[in-house]
Amino acid sequence: MGNLLPLAVLTPLLGALATLFLPVRHRAAAGIIFSFATCGAVGLLGPLVVGGESTYHLLGGWEPPLGIRLQLDGLAFLFLILTALVGLPVGLYAAAAQKMPAGKGGTSPLFWPLWMFLWAGMNGLYLSHDLFNLYVVMEIIGLAAVALAILSGRPAALVAGLRYLLAALAGSGAFLFGVALFYGSYATLDLTLLGERVETSHTTAVAFALILVGLWIKAALFPLHFWLPPAHASADPPVSAILSALVVKTAFYLMLRLWTGSFASLTTMSAALALGILGGCAAVWGSYQALRQEHLKKMAAHSTVGQIGFLFIMLPLITAAPAGAVWLAPAWTAGIYQVLAHGFAKAAMFLSLGVFALATGHDRRDSMLNMVSRLPMATFAFALAGVSLIGLPPSGGFVAKWMLLKAAFASGQWWWALIVVWASFLTAGYVFMVLRIAFAPAPVESSEAARPVPKILEVAALALGMGAIAIGFRAEEIVGLLDIAPATEPAIELVEPASDPSDPTDLPNPPDDLSDPPSPPGERRQP
Amino acid sequence: MTMGQFLPLAIVASSLIPGILIFFVPEKRATARTVLNLSGAVAKVVLVGVVIWRSLQGLEHELRYDIGADLVFRLNADGPALLFASLSSVLWLVTTIYAIGYLEGSPFRRRFFGFFSLCVTASTGIALAGNVVTFFIFYEFLTLATYPLVVHRGTPEALQAGRTYLWYTIGGGTVLFVGVVWLFVLTGPADFGDTEQLASLAPESVATLHLLFWVLILGLGVKAALVPLHGWLPVAMVAPAPVSALLHAVAVVKAGAFGVVRIVYDVFGIGLARELSLLEPLAVIAAITIIYGSLRALTQDNIKRRLAYSTVSQLSYIALGVAIPGTLATAAALVHLVHQGVMKITLFFCAGNLAETLKIHKVSELDGIGRRMPLTMGAFTIGALGMIGMPPVAGFITKWMLGLGGLQTGDGWIILILMASSALNAAYFLPVLHAAWLRPAKQEWKTHRPAKWGETPWMLLVPTVVVGLLSLLLGLFAATGWSILAWATAIADTWYPATTP
Repeated sequence: MGNLLPLAVLTPLLGALATLFLPVRHRAAAGIIFSFATCGAVGLLGPLVVGGESTYHLLGGWEPPLGIRLQLDGLAFLFLILTALVGLPVGLYAAAAQKMPAGKGGTSPLFWPLWMFLWAGMNGLYLSHDLFNLYVVMEIIGLAAVALAILSGRPAALVAGLRYLLAALAGSGAFLFGVALFYGSYATLDLTLLGERVETSHTTAVAFALILVGLWIKAALFPLHFWLPPAHASADPPVSAILSALVVKTAFYLMLRLWTGSFASLTTMSAALALGILGGCAAVWGSYQALRQEHLKKMAAHSTVGQIGFLFIMLPLITAAPAGAVWLAPAWTAGIYQVLAHGFAKAAMFLSLGVFALATGHDRRDSMLNMVSRLPMATFAFALAGVSLIGLPPSGGFVAKWMLLKAAFASGQWWWALIVVWASFLTAGYVFMVLRIAFAPAPVESSEAARPVPKILEVAALALGMGAIAIGFRAEEIVGLLDIAPATEPAIELVEPASDPSDPTDLPNPPDDLSDPPSPPGERRQP
Repeated sequence: MTMGQFLPLAIVASSLIPGILIFFVPEKRATARTVLNLSGAVAKVVLVGVVIWRSLQGLEHELRYDIGADLVFRLNADGPALLFASLSSVLWLVTTIYAIGYLEGSPFRRRFFGFFSLCVTASTGIALAGNVVTFFIFYEFLTLATYPLVVHRGTPEALQAGRTYLWYTIGGGTVLFVGVVWLFVLTGPADFGDTEQLASLAPESVATLHLLFWVLILGLGVKAALVPLHGWLPVAMVAPAPVSALLHAVAVVKAGAFGVVRIVYDVFGIGLARELSLLEPLAVIAAITIIYGSLRALTQDNIKRRLAYSTVSQLSYIALGVAIPGTLATAAALVHLVHQGVMKITLFFCAGNLAETLKIHKVSELDGIGRRMPLTMGAFTIGALGMIGMPPVAGFITKWMLGLGGLQTGDGWIILILMASSALNAAYFLPVLHAAWLRPAKQEWKTHRPAKWGETPWMLLVPTVVVGLLSLLLGLFAATGWSILAWATAIADTWYPATTP
C-alpha cells in the first residue's frame, strides 16, 4: 500500500516535465489535467490514512539509515489535501487568466512547469522523513517559488524576488549547516532514527538552533519577515495565492514536525516562549501593517505575516505540558485549523484581489468603490475570506481562534488570549476597511462598468472562500486525522547494523505493533 | 431526524434558505423575490406556532450537532427562546410587507432582502441558541448580516454610520468572544440552564467569576446599548426605515438584551448572581442608561434620532428588570422584550411613512400632520402613549410590573427611576402628539408617494396599523391566561428556586 506514496510526488513532477515540453498553447490544459491527477493521487492516500495507520515507503527498497523513507501520517495528509484543494482552484484561475490579453493579468506560460515543480516539492516535503531529503525539497520549493514570484516581470517583482531568493538561500544555508552537524554527530539523517539517538549536547543544540533559524526565515516569522510582503504583493495573483497559502506553511509544517517529533527532547519552554512571543508580535505587527496599506495586495501580504504569527502561539502551549493536559488537543486543533483556514482564505483573498485588479486596472483600495454591485461574486469571496481571517463564526478561522483562546485559558497562559484578540480586532479593521468601500456607491463619472472578467476567475475565488467557511462546520474528522500517530519503525531488518558501517551503536528494537490504536494528540506529542 | 429536532432547525432555515435564494434571483424579478420572502416569513410564523403548540403538550424541541473538539451546536426551544422567536417571526412578517412597499422601485433590492432575511435568521438563531457557543455564532453572524443593511443607502452618512456600527459591534464581539471562551473553559460545553457547574466554582474563585461576568456584560452591552456603549445606535438610524424598525425592535438591540437575560439566568443562575452581588451594579448602569437616553431624546429634532435615543432608554428596562432579583421584575424584563419591540416598531413604521409619503424627517415639521395622515399618527399616538407608560397600552404593563418588582425586593428607588423616566418620556413624546393633532398645518402637504386610496400606499399603512393595534391589544389583554405577561411570568417562575419569593 505504501507504494502509493511516491505517486503524490511523481504525478506533479511528471506534470512539470509535460508542461515544460508542450507547446505554450497546450500547457494550461495539460496543467489542469495534471492538477486533477495530483489531486487523485493524494486522494488515493485517503484510505491509507482513514484506516487509522500511518504508512511508510522505502524508496528503492533501501532501508534507513542508507535509504530514504517516505512517510504518511495524519498531519502530512492534512497538508497534502490542503495543497491539493488550494492548488486546483488556483490552477483553474491561472488557466482562465492565461487567456486574458497579455499585460492585462495573463499569467506567463512558465507558470505551469514551475507550479507543478513546486507542487511536487511541497508534497515531497510533507512525505519526507529524512533531513537531507527535506533539505533538497526545501531548495526545490524555494527556487520554484522565487521563479514564480518574478514571473510577472515587473521591476518591483524582480527586486522583491532577489530579496526573496537571498532570504531563501540564507534559510536553506542555515538549515543545511544544522543537517550537517546532525549527520556528523549521529551518522543518520532519518528522522525516526535521529529521534532515538539525539541527546542534549552543545553540538546538538547548535544544530537544532541552526535548523530552527533556517525555518524561521522561511516561515517569515517576525522580525525575519521582511522579504515576504514585497514578494507576495508583486507576484501574479495565482502565484501570490500559492506563496501565501501554501509555501510559507511548509516551513511551519517542518518546524512543527521536528519540534514535536524527532527533536522533542531538545525543545525547551524558553525557546517555545520566545517563538510564541515572536508569533504574537507578528500577529499584531502584521495585522497593523496590513491596516496601513493603501494597496490591496500589500495589505493581503502583510496580513499573511500576521496570520503566520498566530501559528507560532501554539508552540508554548504544547511544549512542556504535562501528559494528558486538557489544553493540548485544543492547541493542536488551533494550529492545524489556522493552517487550513488561512490557506483557503488567503488564496481566496488573493484571487479575488486579482479579479478586482483585472476589472479596474489597479489595486488601490479606492478601486473597490461599489464593487459589491460590479463584481458581487468576487466581493463575496473576499468577504468570506475576511470573515475567516478575522475569526468570525462560522468559519475555519473561528474554530482556530476559539481553540487557541481555549488552550490559552486552560493552560493558564491567558495573556496569549489578549494578543490574539487584539490582532483579530486589527484584522477586522483592514478587512472591513475594504468592504466598507466596496459597499459605497461610485461617483457617477467613474462608475463605468467593470471590464469583463471571465466568470471562472470569480468562481475559483468563491470556491476557496467557501472552503474557508465550510471547514468550520465540521472539525471532528479533521481533528481526528491528527490522532494518526507518526509512523513507527519499519518492522523489517532495521537491526542490521551493516547497513551503515559508520554507526556502530546498536539500533533499538523496532516496535512491532504497527496497528497500535491511535492515541489522542495530547498524549502522543509528548517530549 | 425526529420532529423535535427538525422543527428548531426549520425555524432557522425558513429565513436562511429564502435569504440565500434571493441572492440568485435577478434584480428585476421583483415578484419572485416577494413570493420567496413572504413564504419564508409566513412559514416561520407557522413553524413557531407549531413548536409552541407542541411545547404546550410537553414535547421537547432540541437539536444537537457536534462540530467536533467539544464544540456543540445546540438549538433548543425553551420558554424564553420561543418568546423571543415569536417576537422575531411575527415582526419579520410584518416588516417584510412594509419593506416591500417601502423599497418599491429603489435599486439593489436583491441585496437588501437577501441580507434582511439573513438578519432575521441570525435573530431567530439567537433566540433558539441552546448554549453560549451557538449564541455567539449567531450573535456575530447578526453583526455581519446587518452591516450591509445599515449602509444600504450608500450615502456618506450611511457609510459613516456603518463604520461606527462595525467598530462598536466588532469590539463588543471580540470582548464577548474572550468571555465566552473563558466561560467554556470553566464549565465545559454547558447548555443554557445548566448553572451548577459554574455555581460550584463560586467559593474559591469569586474574583474570576466577577471578572467573567463583567467581560460578558461588556461584550453584550454594546448591542444592548448600555451607556456608555450605546454610541452606535443613534448613528445607525440612517438606515432605511424597515431596517431601523427591525434593528430597534428585534434584531440587534434585543440580541444584546436577550444575551444579558441568558447570562444572568441560564449561565450564572439567579442564585449565584445574587450570592456574588453581581446585579446591583447592573441595575445602576441600567438606571443611568434609562435616564440618560431620555434626556438625550428630549433635544433631538430628527424624528428617527429621537426614537433612537428613546430605544437606548427603553431597552434598559430589560436590563433593569433582570438586575432586580425577583420573579415580578424578571417577568417585567421578559414582557418588555416583547412589548417594547411591538411599540418601537410601530413608531419606526410611522416615521418611515412620514418620510416616504411627505418627506418629513423632523419633529418641527409635524404641525397638523394628524389630519393629513390620521391612521399613521393614530398608530404613532398609541406607540408613544405606550412608551410613556399610559394604561392600557402595552408599555404600562412593563412599568407596573417593574415597580412591583422593585417593591418586592425592597428597592424603592426603582419607583423613582420609573417616575422620572415616564416624565421624561412624556416630555419628548407629548409635544409631538400636540403638534400633530392640535396645531394647524404650516403649509400644503406635498405628496411624494401617491396612494390609490388612503393616506399612503397600503403596504406601508397596513403593517403600521396592525402593529399599532397589537401594542394596544397586548396591554388590554395582559391579564388573560394566554397573554405575553402570563407567559413571561411562567418563564420567570422556572428560573427561581422554589424557596425564594
